[in-house]
Amino acid sequence: MSQQWEMVIGLEIHVRLDTDSKLFSGMKASYGASPNSQVSFLDAGLPGTLPVINQKALDYAIRFGLSVDADIPPFTVFARKNYFYPDLPKGYQISQMDDPIVGPGQVVIETEAGAKTIEITRAHLEEDAGKSIHDKYDQYSAIDLNRAGTPLIEVVSEPQMSNAKEAVAYMREIYTRVTHLGICDGNLQEGSFRCDANVSVRPVGQQTLGTRTEIKNLNSFRFIEKAINHEAKRQIKILEAGGQITQETRLYDAEQDQTRSMRSKENANDYRYFPDPDQLPIQITPEMIAAQRALLPEFPAAKIERYVGELGLKPDDAAIIAHDLRMAEFFEQSNQHSQAAADLNAKFLLGEFSALLNAQGVALAASQIDATAYAGLLDQMANGSVSRKVAKGVLDDMWDTGQAAADIIKEQGLGQISDASALTELVQQVIADNPDQVSSYRGGNDKMFNYFVGQIMKQTKGQANPVQTKQLLEEYLK
Amino acid sequence: MIGLSIRQMAGMLAAKECSIQELCGVYWDRCQAFNETTGALITTLTEFNPKELLQAQALLDQGQQPLAGIPLVHKDLFCTHGIKTTCASNMLADFVPPYDATVVSRLQQAGMVTLGKANMDEFAMGSSNEHSAFGPVANPWDEQRVPGGSSGGSAAAVAARMVPVATGTDTGGSIRQPAALCGITGIKPSYGRVSRHGMIAFASSLDQAGVMAASADDCGLVLSAMSGHDALDSTSAQQPPWQWQKPDSPDMRGLKVGVVRDWIDGLADDGIKQLTWAAIEQCQAQGAELLDVSLPHADLAVSAYYILAPAECSSNLSRFDGVRFGHQTAQASNLQELYCRSRSEGFGEEVQKRIMVGAWALSSGYYDAYYLKAQKVRRLISDDFKAAFEQVDLIAGPVSPEVAFKHGEKSTGVSMYQADQFTIPASLAGLPCLSMPIGHTQGLPVGLQLIGRYFDEQTILAVADQYQQQTNHHQQTPEAFA
Amino acid sequence: MSINRTELEEIAALAQLNIPDQQVGHITESLNQLMAMIEHINDANTEAVAPMAHPNDAWQLVRADEVTDTSHKAALLALAAHADDDHYLVPKVIE
Repeated sequence: MSQQWEMVIGLEIHVRLDTDSKLFSGMKASYGASPNSQVSFLDAGLPGTLPVINQKALDYAIRFGLSVDADIPPFTVFARKNYFYPDLPKGYQISQMDDPIVGPGQVVIETEAGAKTIEITRAHLEEDAGKSIHDKYDQYSAIDLNRAGTPLIEVVSEPQMSNAKEAVAYMREIYTRVTHLGICDGNLQEGSFRCDANVSVRPVGQQTLGTRTEIKNLNSFRFIEKAINHEAKRQIKILEAGGQITQETRLYDAEQDQTRSMRSKENANDYRYFPDPDQLPIQITPEMIAAQRALLPEFPAAKIERYVGELGLKPDDAAIIAHDLRMAEFFEQSNQHSQAAADLNAKFLLGEFSALLNAQGVALAASQIDATAYAGLLDQMANGSVSRKVAKGVLDDMWDTGQAAADIIKEQGLGQISDASALTELVQQVIADNPDQVSSYRGGNDKMFNYFVGQIMKQTKGQANPVQTKQLLEEYLK
Repeated sequence: MIGLSIRQMAGMLAAKECSIQELCGVYWDRCQAFNETTGALITTLTEFNPKELLQAQALLDQGQQPLAGIPLVHKDLFCTHGIKTTCASNMLADFVPPYDATVVSRLQQAGMVTLGKANMDEFAMGSSNEHSAFGPVANPWDEQRVPGGSSGGSAAAVAARMVPVATGTDTGGSIRQPAALCGITGIKPSYGRVSRHGMIAFASSLDQAGVMAASADDCGLVLSAMSGHDALDSTSAQQPPWQWQKPDSPDMRGLKVGVVRDWIDGLADDGIKQLTWAAIEQCQAQGAELLDVSLPHADLAVSAYYILAPAECSSNLSRFDGVRFGHQTAQASNLQELYCRSRSEGFGEEVQKRIMVGAWALSSGYYDAYYLKAQKVRRLISDDFKAAFEQVDLIAGPVSPEVAFKHGEKSTGVSMYQADQFTIPASLAGLPCLSMPIGHTQGLPVGLQLIGRYFDEQTILAVADQYQQQTNHHQQTPEAFA
Repeated sequence: MSINRTELEEIAALAQLNIPDQQVGHITESLNQLMAMIEHINDANTEAVAPMAHPNDAWQLVRADEVTDTSHKAALLALAAHADDDHYLVPKVIE
C-alpha cells in the first residue's frame, strides 16, 4: 500500500441566472411558488409551442464570460440534448454544443502551494429541468415543472484541480464572480449554484487520466469537499484491490457521507445533440459585449488592494469585507457618508455591528439600520461624542427604535463632554477639592494621576472625553 | 353559392344578399353531407363559434373586409382553443389545446368562420392520407383513390367544395401534392412567412403553413391574412407585412419562366407530361419568356430530406411521452414501460419508423456521415436555386410524377417517398411554391408547380392568377359533389 | 448501411418505442429500404460546403426579460392522464 495516488478533478458548475422570466418563455422564474403554478404551455412541452430567447440571459452569460477573461464568439447556437425523463417535458433539453456563448477563459485560485490558474473550457446557456419528488407517494414520483425552463449557465472547467480543497477554492471563486456580477442570487439551499464533480485518481507520475465518475448535484462547499474525498477514497480502494472503476454517474448522500450509483442514469445516454431547428443563430455584437463590459464590477482581489492601499484597512479586515458583496457595498456606502476613519468603520462593522446582526439572526441585506444611519453613528464616534463602548449601546437602541444615532445620544445624554471650558472647570474643581492627593502627585506619586481621572469620570458618569481630560489634568497638575 | 370565389362571396355578404349564417350554413350542410364519403374532416363543429360570428359581422359592418364571414377548415395539426386537435393520431385522440395557433387566431381576427378540422396523414407524415388514425380520405374525383397527403383532408374538402378554403401545412410537399391530386390550388409560402406557433411540429426547419383553395386569388387573400412576423415564433421572418395584389390583366410579358427540362421529359406518365408542357406553353402564349434552368443537385433532395425531416421529427415527437398530455398506456408498471407503451400505442407505424430513422441519423457515429452530410446537400440544393433565380423569375414544373393512385396501392415502401421528388427541393431551400390545376388525364387532375424566389409569393401567385384568368381548370369540380 | 435486429432494438430504446416481436422483421426490412435510399447522399461531393441548418438566413430575434404569462396550473394538470391537485404523477423513479 505504498502507492501514492493523486486526484484529478474537473467541475461543471450550474449557475441559475437571476432573471425575472424563464429562458425561453414569459413565465415567472422565481423560486418557491406552489407546485406547477409557474409553468407556461412551452414549459410543459405542449405541442406547437416555440422557444423565444430571453435577452437578459444572453447578457448575463456574456458578462460572466468577460469576468473570466473568456472569448465571446460573434454568434452562438442552441442545440437540443435528447433524453427521456419525467422532469424534462419536451424530451430534450435546450442547451448548447458546438457554439457556446462563452469560450475558453480562466480564473486564479489560492491553494496551499500558492496561486494556481484553473482554465475554464467553456460556459453555455441551458434551461433547467423540473423537479421530481420521490417521497410524496410510495408508488409514484410527483413532478413539479416550476423550475423547468429557468435559465442556467453551465461553467465547465478543465480537469486541473488536484485535491478537494482546490475544487472548493475554484467553486468559491466562481461563486464570488457570479454573485458580484449580479447575475446569480447565490442561494445554495435553493439550488441557485450547484455543481457536478468529475473525479478520477491515478498513481502519482502517471500521465494518462484514470476512469472518472461524475458526482451529481452538489450544492454546498462543505459537501463537495467531503463528496470528492469520499469518492477518491472509494476509487483508490477499488484500484488497490485490483478492481476497475466503472464510468458512471453517482449521487452523494450527505447524511451517510457516501456516494452511490444513480440507477436512473445507468444507461449511458446517446444524447443526439443537434442544432435546435426552432431557433436561428444568435448574433453577439461588439455593442452587446461593450455594454456588459461596462457593467463589470470590481472583484474582491482589486477591492482588497484598494481597501488596504487607499483606505488603510488591515489586510485581514479588507479581505473579509471584500469577499462579502453585501458587506462591501454597506462598507463603501457608509464610508462615503461618514467622516470617520475607514479603519474604525471596518473594525466596528466586523465587530459590534456583525455581532448585533448575529444576535438578531438577520443578514446584512435585511438590516434595520441602513448604511447612512450607520454612518451617522460612526461620525459620533469620530467627533468624540461617544466612545466605541457607548456606541455599541447606541447601536442596539438604533436597531430597536429606528432613531438616528445623534438623537439617541442627545435624548439619553450620552454625549461625551468635550467642551473645553466645561472640562477645564471640572478639572480645576477636582484639584481644588483634593489638596492632599495633589501634593502626593506633585511629590512624585505618578499613580495618583488615575485618581483624578477617576474622580472626573465619576462626576460625569463616564462622559468626559478621556483624551481631553488627560490633557487638561496634565496641564493643571504641573 | 357553391363555386363562387372569395371576392364574390364577400360581395354578396357586403350587399346583404345573404347573411354570414346563411353562407356558412350552406357549407356547414355540405360538410355534414359529404364527410361520410370523403372522410375529409376529423372534427365537424356542431355549432358555429359565436365569437367568430360576432367578429365576422363586426368586420362586415365596417366594410371592406375580404375574408369576413368566409368559412374554412383547419388541418388538424393547428391547435384550436377548446376544439380537439388530433394530428390524426391516437396519441392526441382526446387532446383539446388550451390555446390557438397563430394561424388560427389571425384568420379569426380576419373574420373567418371555422367549420371543422381536416384529416391528414398522422403527424403530417405521408403522401396519401392513408396514415391517419381516423381513417383514410377519399379523393373526390375518384373515391377509390387517395387525395395525396399529408394535407389530404384539406385538399379533399376544398375539391368537394365542402369549404371554399382550408389551411394546410407543407414539409416536403404536403400542400402541393394533394392540391395537384385533388385539382385545387395550394400554396406553401416561404419558410418564415407564416408563424409556426401552435402548429404541431413535424420537422421544424421545413414545416410551413399555407392555404388550399380553388384559385390563386383565394389563396392570396387568405395567405395575406395569415402571414407576418410573430413574436411567438423565433423563426418567423421579420419581413414587412405582405399583401396579395391581384394582377389586372393576364399579360405575362417580361416574365421569365424557368423550366427544368429533365423533370418534365423524364415523366413516365405521358398525360402528365403533355399537360405540363401545355400549361407552360399557355404561359408563353400569355407573353412569358421560357428559359431552361438546371438544378444539378435536386436528385439528392429526397435522400437528404429523409434524413433531415426524420431527425427533427424524432426530437420533436419526444414530448409525446404520455405524462403531461396525450395517450397514456393503461398498463405500465414502471416509467420505462409507461414511455414505450404509450408511444407505441399512440403512434402509428409510419411515424414510429420515421422517429427511429431520425434517432439513428442523429446517434453517435452516424451524425457526421448522415445528418451533417444531408445539411450540406441542403446547401447545394439551395445554391442551385439561387443560381437559377439569377436568370428567371420563377421555375415551373411538375408537382407529382403520377396522378392519384388507388388506396393501398403503395401504402408502404420507398415508392411513396419518391412521389415527393419534385416538391422536396423547394422545401429544403425554403422557397415559396404552389400547385395549380392544369387539366385532367385519365379523368384525374394534374397540377403544375410554380417555385418563386425567397419571399416572392406575389410572383408565383400572380402568374397562377393570370393563368386562371385565361383557363377554367381551377373551376372544375367532381360531378359527385356538384 | 443496414441494420439488424440488435441495432433495431438499440434504436427503439433510444426512441423509447416498443417493437412487438412479430413486427421486428417487417420494420427492419422497411427501415433498411429507407436507409438504402438515404445512402444516395453519399454521391454528393460536399467538400468545403457549409451545412445549412435553416432556410431562413437571419439572426435570431430576442425577447426582453419580462413576465408576460400567468399560471395555467389547472388547465395543464387537466390535460394529464395522471395527476393530483399539484403534480403530474409517474410510476416511481429510483434515482
